[in-house]
Amino acid sequence: MDLTYTPEEEEFRARLREWLAGVLPALPPKPSPDDWPGRRAYDLGWQRMLYDAGYAGLHWPVDAGGRGATPTQHLIYLEETEKAGAPYVGANFVGLLHAGPTIASEGTPAQRARWLPPVLRGEEVWCQGFSEPDAGSDLAALRTRAWRDGDDYVVSGSKIWTSHAEVADWCELLVRTDPAAPKHRGISWLAMPMDAPGITVRPLRTLAGSTEFAEVFLDEVRVPVSHRVGAENDGWRVTMVTLSYERGTAFVGEVVACRRVLGEVAREARKNGRWDDPALRRRLGGLNAEFRALWRLTQWNVSEAQRNGGVPGVGGSVFKLRYSHARQELYDAAAEVLGPEALDLGREWTLDRLSSLSYTIAAGTSQIQHNIVAERILGLPKGR
Amino acid sequence: MDFQLTDDQRALKAGVRELLAARFGRERLRAAVDEGPRLDRALWRELGEAGFFALRLPEADGGVGLGLPEAVLVFEEAGRVLLPGPLIATHLAAGVVDGAATGETVVTAVDGGGLVEWLAEADVVRGDATGAEPLRPVDPLTPLHRVPVSGGAGLTGVRPVGSTGALPTAPLTSLFTAAEQLGTAARACETAVQHARAREQFGQPIGAFQAIKHLCAQMLVRVELARAAVYAAAVTADPVDIAAARLLADEAAVRGARDCLQVHGGMGFTWESDVHLFLKRAWTRTQRTGGVTESEELLAADLVSAVGR
Repeated sequence: MDLTYTPEEEEFRARLREWLAGVLPALPPKPSPDDWPGRRAYDLGWQRMLYDAGYAGLHWPVDAGGRGATPTQHLIYLEETEKAGAPYVGANFVGLLHAGPTIASEGTPAQRARWLPPVLRGEEVWCQGFSEPDAGSDLAALRTRAWRDGDDYVVSGSKIWTSHAEVADWCELLVRTDPAAPKHRGISWLAMPMDAPGITVRPLRTLAGSTEFAEVFLDEVRVPVSHRVGAENDGWRVTMVTLSYERGTAFVGEVVACRRVLGEVAREARKNGRWDDPALRRRLGGLNAEFRALWRLTQWNVSEAQRNGGVPGVGGSVFKLRYSHARQELYDAAAEVLGPEALDLGREWTLDRLSSLSYTIAAGTSQIQHNIVAERILGLPKGR
Repeated sequence: MDFQLTDDQRALKAGVRELLAARFGRERLRAAVDEGPRLDRALWRELGEAGFFALRLPEADGGVGLGLPEAVLVFEEAGRVLLPGPLIATHLAAGVVDGAATGETVVTAVDGGGLVEWLAEADVVRGDATGAEPLRPVDPLTPLHRVPVSGGAGLTGVRPVGSTGALPTAPLTSLFTAAEQLGTAARACETAVQHARAREQFGQPIGAFQAIKHLCAQMLVRVELARAAVYAAAVTADPVDIAAARLLADEAAVRGARDCLQVHGGMGFTWESDVHLFLKRAWTRTQRTGGVTESEELLAADLVSAVGR
């Protein structure tokens, strides 16, 4: 059990820190949350800077154009960029953390050459076409149909909760190519160009008031068969290959951020006198334990992945379950510290409190994560 | 950074588990409950021979020369099997009290919380136990005395021997307590899962029902979070890390035992089931120094000291 970093890791950290200190002050101001073209340009611009500095696709394999960094280096990257206040992955999330790694792992050489470099260079944005109005947690129940017509698939159906759909160039789309097969078996993974005729994007307004994602309607959209990644009807396996990565490292930077926010909440409480309330003070102390432990669990999971050649284990579900609830408790505690001010939408913590409500739903609800932990880790029987 | 057990640490943990399974298995535990709280001196000496108490003493002083992480793994195993006796006090007395390292001398201590475990059975008491009054202890395998507040809990008193060593004993007691809680929490989770797989209701194992599944999953989540916190605290020996570990381990053990009882249904409420022993021991340990309030206040103070400058 060793929590010290190697000299190489420390050197990597020092170089990254130095680079961040040099480039961050010169960044343009962040666009407003509803300025989608502005957000796209900002996020792609940041990705281009990462690319030029040699930090693009840090955790991708070298033969996919990445840097082949170890899980620990990736952890350091996420920790340092958060501490320095660097931009988030933003619109590049799906491309860098999901579609890209999927294509890198399952795509043909031609597919890798076509789609991977633009993700790394910050030239193309991907969105995720998985969920449907009638297939959220039960993803395999998706009904969007694709049938063959010559060299094309013709796709009809609808997708929902599609983040960045308005500004995406590509959509990683799950479609049903064999309606007669058992539900996990008849699914294929397609790369759909978002400018194809027949696609309608309707933004959805969240309870936080913003348009974070959209509904996407597909009316006989033609997608070349050559855009299918993996074998026909093998899309479920293709998807599962990369879903665990999403749960593995997606929240590392956020834990660092939560620890910073908790410190700010404590400082605020001291300023406004709420700190003198022992119950509230102790509640903040308890949250300190929570986020410290979540950081240790992150280090544990990353070390385990490193020993297993970079493959994240099921520990991601354990982490996500506790983290998503802890994040909500953090902002509830912040609201208690703020008092009436917590009702002001102009307060950063108020918007964060609202958006934290999605954490126990997105990327697999807490209820589904409990099932995953119970069945895959504890070996309890599947049931109805 | 390689925050995983080394091969040696795995071997140590497996060795201790094997020893305890052979010497203090489930039947021995139940027999001990029936016999009442008498310390098994032969077992104590065997633990001494196995290096349980001398684990962190330098080899030059006849110890094993290992560190806090190894000690934590050993206490976790002790917690798994609900090994009775003043294990932590004797471990902390190794090298200070003659015979503690070898298990010849049983040492107990007045805890900061004002309780003394195993007072009547111990050879040496560290701290002032003047006026100690016996309780009727909730845990059948942890006899308790309460010490009057005025008595003080410093480690000088009736039968004091030597100094406390380099590190203050309170954080170490809290860390080892957390390790024991972790072991009990993991055992409670396994016990619940075993029962959920075997017990059938409505024509299927109860573990197939989501209500049961989610209870079990929550138990594991608490165990794994506590494990990361306890192991990290053993590596850093930082008082704030120890407080975090203690808080999460206490929660994992107490709530884990309660959930395990719930999964067992009516059977869990009987004396025959072991579940109440998990819960009663877990409750007993929460009263030791560094409990919930103390830990939360320390962790709160840390928030201010880190950011408030």
